Amino acid sequence: MRKIVSQRIGFSFLFLLLLITLLFLGTIIYFIAAKGVGAISWQFLTQSPKNAMTSGGVAPAIVGTFYLVLGAIVFSFPLGLASAIYLCEYSPKSYIINIIRISINNLAGVPSVVFGLFGLAVFVKFFGFGVSILSGALTLGIMVLPQIISASQEALLAVPQSYREASFALGATPWKTIKKAVIPPALPGILTGVILSVGRVAGETAPIIFTAATLYKRGYPNSIFSEVMALPYHIYGLMTEGTHPVQQKEIAYGCAFVLLILVLSVSFLAIVIRQRQRRKNG
Amino acid sequence: MAENIRIEVKDVNFYYGKKSALQNVSMDIKKNKITAIIGPSGCGKSTLIRLFNRMNELIPNTRLEGRINLDGKNIYSSKIDVVEVRRRIGMVFQKPNPFPKSIFENVAYGLRVNGIKERKYIAAKVEKSLKNAAIWEEVKDRLSDNALGLSGGQQQRLCIARALAVEPEVLLMDEPCSALDPTSTRKIEELILDLKKKYTIVIVTHNMQQAARIADYTAFFMLGDLIEYDVTDKIFTRPSKKVTEDYITGRFG
Repeated sequence: MRKIVSQRIGFSFLFLLLLITLLFLGTIIYFIAAKGVGAISWQFLTQSPKNAMTSGGVAPAIVGTFYLVLGAIVFSFPLGLASAIYLCEYSPKSYIINIIRISINNLAGVPSVVFGLFGLAVFVKFFGFGVSILSGALTLGIMVLPQIISASQEALLAVPQSYREASFALGATPWKTIKKAVIPPALPGILTGVILSVGRVAGETAPIIFTAATLYKRGYPNSIFSEVMALPYHIYGLMTEGTHPVQQKEIAYGCAFVLLILVLSVSFLAIVIRQRQRRKNG
Repeated sequence: MAENIRIEVKDVNFYYGKKSALQNVSMDIKKNKITAIIGPSGCGKSTLIRLFNRMNELIPNTRLEGRINLDGKNIYSSKIDVVEVRRRIGMVFQKPNPFPKSIFENVAYGLRVNGIKERKYIAAKVEKSLKNAAIWEEVKDRLSDNALGLSGGQQQRLCIARALAVEPEVLLMDEPCSALDPTSTRKIEELILDLKKKYTIVIVTHNMQQAARIADYTAFFMLGDLIEYDVTDKIFTRPSKKVTEDYITGRFG
């Protein structure tokens, strides 16, 4: 009897903690939505800022964020997947490989502003790409690389060894085994990792401050060497600079709302893709 | 005599790290016969047949001494292509392990990875393999269904079909019935007897009745030593070693 009671108390306590977590999440979403939804209009989503950013829209920032995310993923996904494949499927289990693994995990913990400084030194200055989409996308790409590698590694390690053995026993080469027997069942996990990093890339401010973002730009970027506006940096700018704090604050919340919706939709997409792939794999 | 031999095992020692799993094993596997390998758990049965298609190489930190010849050629020689060895020696595993793909694609897999692209040929080969594995009638109307939806016994016959599709010369079976019910087991045993005409079969089994029912030759292993190897009848009626008799009469193991 006492056991049952203590069980109940234990589970209630865990449930309470879960509720508190959800409460925080709910409050954030509610707060942003309540303050931001008023700014949203067709014009807000499709036009450029006007009158020293006190009115008009944020379309260039949405487009800029899109370019940065696209560039970062195009750069980091193939690189990250290839590294994960090498580490999981080919590399000998050696001391050096272990150090590489640990380094990758540690890289995931490096503050994003450090990546920003790295991007400034290497891409902007050394390679001379300037403050541009290219520099920003590469910096963001390097920042999420560890995350993509870890997610891909986990997905590859979760593939049962029996699939590999079955494939080898049929006379498949290691590469064909990876391509046809290992990657397909690992794909949902890999894609989930990639899409979650899309959310992270879209929201990061620090890595693009020195490498890609500008507070105001007339019109849309016309090459990968252009500076861009981006949603997170736009929010930062509106809240810290300018001379019309009241109107700017409203626009900033509008931007935050747009960013939130973008990230949530991307995460939702990740869930849908994963479920569909799971069903396909049985 | 020599032309009847498909696989020769010569003075084989095998180690997992420092632990020895097989000691001084020598035996000949005869062509178009069923050879059963029996013995208590951990005696090296699976280790031995996994050496025949070089599967143990996938496990890090293992070491082989001695040689294993397939049709007179050492399969561990540096001149031999391991991929080719594995194509010529098919394997069915203890737990049915179909890929999470359609029934058709499971059987076509071995053909595709060996570079065959012609669709008609693949379709014909898939049908023939499924028929040879005695599962065609059960799956012919749902070839595009996921293989994981089949029962355990069907999955195992599908895995046999998958192995047959690449036309191996030897078929290794590592306790193929251990996860199956008696009806599925009977079906697979009938199938194995039928396959003997075309293939050399080596089967590891925990089930001594099974060895007695289907095998022409039986090898008894214990703790990595080959204790006795002879025609099945003799092993089960007049074993020459006391320990073999103790094992087959159920005194241990």
